[in-house]
Amino acid sequence: MNANQDDALIRDALIRISGLRTVLNGKTIFDGVDLDIPRGKITAIMGPSGTGKTTLMRHITGQLAPDAGEVIVDGKNVWSLSRDALFELREKIGYLFQNSALLTDFSVFENVAFPLRQHLRLPEEILRNIVLTKLQAVGLRGAAELMPSELSGGMVRRVALARAIVRDPMLIIYDEPFVGLDPIALNQILKLIRTLNETLGITSILVAHELAAVRRVADSIYLLAGGKIAAHGAPDELSRGETPWTRQFFSGEADGPVPFHYPAPDYAAQLGLAGAKA
Amino acid sequence: MSVASRAFLPFTAGLAQLGACGIFLLQTLRAVPRSLRYFRETVRQVFFVGAMSLVIIMTCGLFVGMVLGLQLYHTLSIFGGTAALGTVVALSLYRELGPVVTALLFAGRAGTSITAEIGLMRATDQLDAMEMMAVDPLAYVVAPRFLAGIIAMPLLACVFNALGILGAHLVGVSWLGLDNGTFWSNMTANVDVWDDVVNGVWKSTAFGAVCTLIATFQGYTSPPTSEGVAYATTRTVVFSSIATLAIDFIMTAFLM
Repeated sequence: MNANQDDALIRDALIRISGLRTVLNGKTIFDGVDLDIPRGKITAIMGPSGTGKTTLMRHITGQLAPDAGEVIVDGKNVWSLSRDALFELREKIGYLFQNSALLTDFSVFENVAFPLRQHLRLPEEILRNIVLTKLQAVGLRGAAELMPSELSGGMVRRVALARAIVRDPMLIIYDEPFVGLDPIALNQILKLIRTLNETLGITSILVAHELAAVRRVADSIYLLAGGKIAAHGAPDELSRGETPWTRQFFSGEADGPVPFHYPAPDYAAQLGLAGAKA
Repeated sequence: MSVASRAFLPFTAGLAQLGACGIFLLQTLRAVPRSLRYFRETVRQVFFVGAMSLVIIMTCGLFVGMVLGLQLYHTLSIFGGTAALGTVVALSLYRELGPVVTALLFAGRAGTSITAEIGLMRATDQLDAMEMMAVDPLAYVVAPRFLAGIIAMPLLACVFNALGILGAHLVGVSWLGLDNGTFWSNMTANVDVWDDVVNGVWKSTAFGAVCTLIATFQGYTSPPTSEGVAYATTRTVVFSSIATLAIDFIMTAFLM
């Protein structure tokens, strides 16, 4: 990606994050993160578990305040908005939660219809058609009357996806959308993400670990590690593994800048073996 | 942390909880006008916390009335005053036992279910999902339950009182042979609608607000774990019971 392309991306950024610093329970999650999410593109956020990918999404959506830094979404500083203005912004955002977060008292149909019922006064027939269209897109039109407890893990994720896209939002955040999906469903969901992006121009943020799936849809990848952006670029460029971070992450090696083991005292000493270091 | 700070920790933590609960009350009250658009949800909650509590309220009301009838009949018979049975039972129920026992039963039945439901909604990100769909959980989840508690508690207390009087009548009149006319006429002559019945209704309305506030607060702030929800449910019963009895004393002192 050359300098001119970078400048164009910055101009067209739907989300601009600068100088983000976050400390949670004494642990530094972000230490000066700067990133731009371009409009109308699919941007993947990847990184080892626990590096704060979901936390970053919570900053973007105004669910969690950072300790320092700015989060600008669609030209608005999220953390200077009133509650009403924040809710207005959220109406333009679809969010697929990591654990789906379906409303357990509502049927599949009512879960998908929920955002429409809350914000729009649509005739029942139109509402029904919209909901069934979205359920058809995720392959679950036939499950409309089932309750969330009657669905498999993969089906739950697809219902949550239908709910996230039901209002054709400006921005969709997919937090781990591929977990629990079988290869057929995975393929269809990937196509759906790409179609939504291409036909409606929806900006998408994809938080995922599955590099093969991400490579098929994402326009660019940010690799988060050690509280910073460790790498940024096109999927093919990053997957070549030209830096220690990308090499370790994309080849799945235990040795590298990202420690596989959580900090711990000396193993032999903890096991009480003779000759262990004190 | 110094020894002194550690000694005061439970006190300061309790004070912080009380303050947080006060702020939560203000936020809930502010959300009440917005919750009016979810009127059907409020009606649904009145059904869940009110109608679904009827069996336990009616059963307990009947037995409390029967025990009262039996105990008071024997006590009053010592002084030859069994004719006052209806009056004494009605005054005990309307003024104290009806509102207080109903509130304690409500905390155990409806309060715990409210806490567990909201706590699980928190643990499974349902409240966050609502926030992300630009739906205020305070207006959609908390305020309807709060209003439902205020509406349902006085109605449940009235049902409790009615069944209690019926129980006392069964024991006093049908079993122990007290005259039916004496039972009812003494009661109607000595029980005042405003001083006794309405004051009881005020009390149960206050208990409804406090018990539901505690239940929703505990659920809303419970840690998102199974243990956290379990502790929150227990705290709901404990705090609601203490608050009910404390407020009962204060209100009795003012309403006497």
